[in-house]
Amino acid sequence: MRWMWIDRVTELDEGKRLVAIKNVSLAEEHLHDHFATSGDTPALPVMPMSLIIEGMAQSAGILVGHAQAFREKVILAKVSKATLDCEAPAGITIRYTATVERMDASGASTKGIVEYVDPANGHSEEVGAIDLMFANIDHNRAGVVFPEHNFVFGEQFKTLLRTSGVEIPS
Amino acid sequence: MTRDEIFSKVQDVLEDALGVDEDEVTPEATLVGDLGAESIDFLDIAFKLEQTFGFKIPQGEMFPEGVAQDDRFVENGKVTEAGLAELEQKMPHFDFTGFKSNPELAKIGNVFTVNGLVNYVERKLGETANA
Repeated sequence: MRWMWIDRVTELDEGKRLVAIKNVSLAEEHLHDHFATSGDTPALPVMPMSLIIEGMAQSAGILVGHAQAFREKVILAKVSKATLDCEAPAGITIRYTATVERMDASGASTKGIVEYVDPANGHSEEVGAIDLMFANIDHNRAGVVFPEHNFVFGEQFKTLLRTSGVEIPS
Repeated sequence: MTRDEIFSKVQDVLEDALGVDEDEVTPEATLVGDLGAESIDFLDIAFKLEQTFGFKIPQGEMFPEGVAQDDRFVENGKVTEAGLAELEQKMPHFDFTGFKSNPELAKIGNVFTVNGLVNYVERKLGETANA
């Protein structure tokens, strides 16, 4: 099973830009461990930064994969930069905006902006930047052969795109 | 653009791509051994050099590709005479002199120096100017 760390794709400019959102919820069990009450310190349920990076990786990965009609197995190869100014508490919406910086047959580099949107007042705030590199693993330099079927973009990704109203290239 | 200016820009690219300090990026520094580059970093470096200098880098032009998988070029973990000739012909920007004395494939990373990248960029800029 793949964890999905985005809930909906809200905008897609093919091969250029993708915007996706993630609603942070107390129904997610890991929030209760991150961070649980400890001694006199009260609990602080916030989404771990590593999962926010994964959310951006899924957003940018879909953007790159979609641009190549999901023929390539696009995998996250490098986190070039990741900054986040504040925690993501339950009840906010994270908005990921990924843009393609460069793309060719071997892979892609993307730039990403992280914003928090407060549903209570609609205000949004830019809180971080996540720049990534993706490799198309069938074009890798080590000559390793991978399975033919595209194990990266499975059914869950397709469902996400369909429910977001994004056409899946055939 | 002078060679010093190219070196300075290549230095910036490597600092950014590899997270190293400016004083580590000397002309003689090897990308793998001294600066800690891994295979994916080569792609990152190529992307960043393209953006910095405004030219395209075709796959396999700056760093070798396919040599390790070709039986003509590698035997028992060592690059053959034919492999060395291929590398020198395709990659004149790198100096294979030292590597030739013990051409173990595992040690080919020592050939990829900062100076080699500067040579490559200098040649590409010359080609662009003459085009």
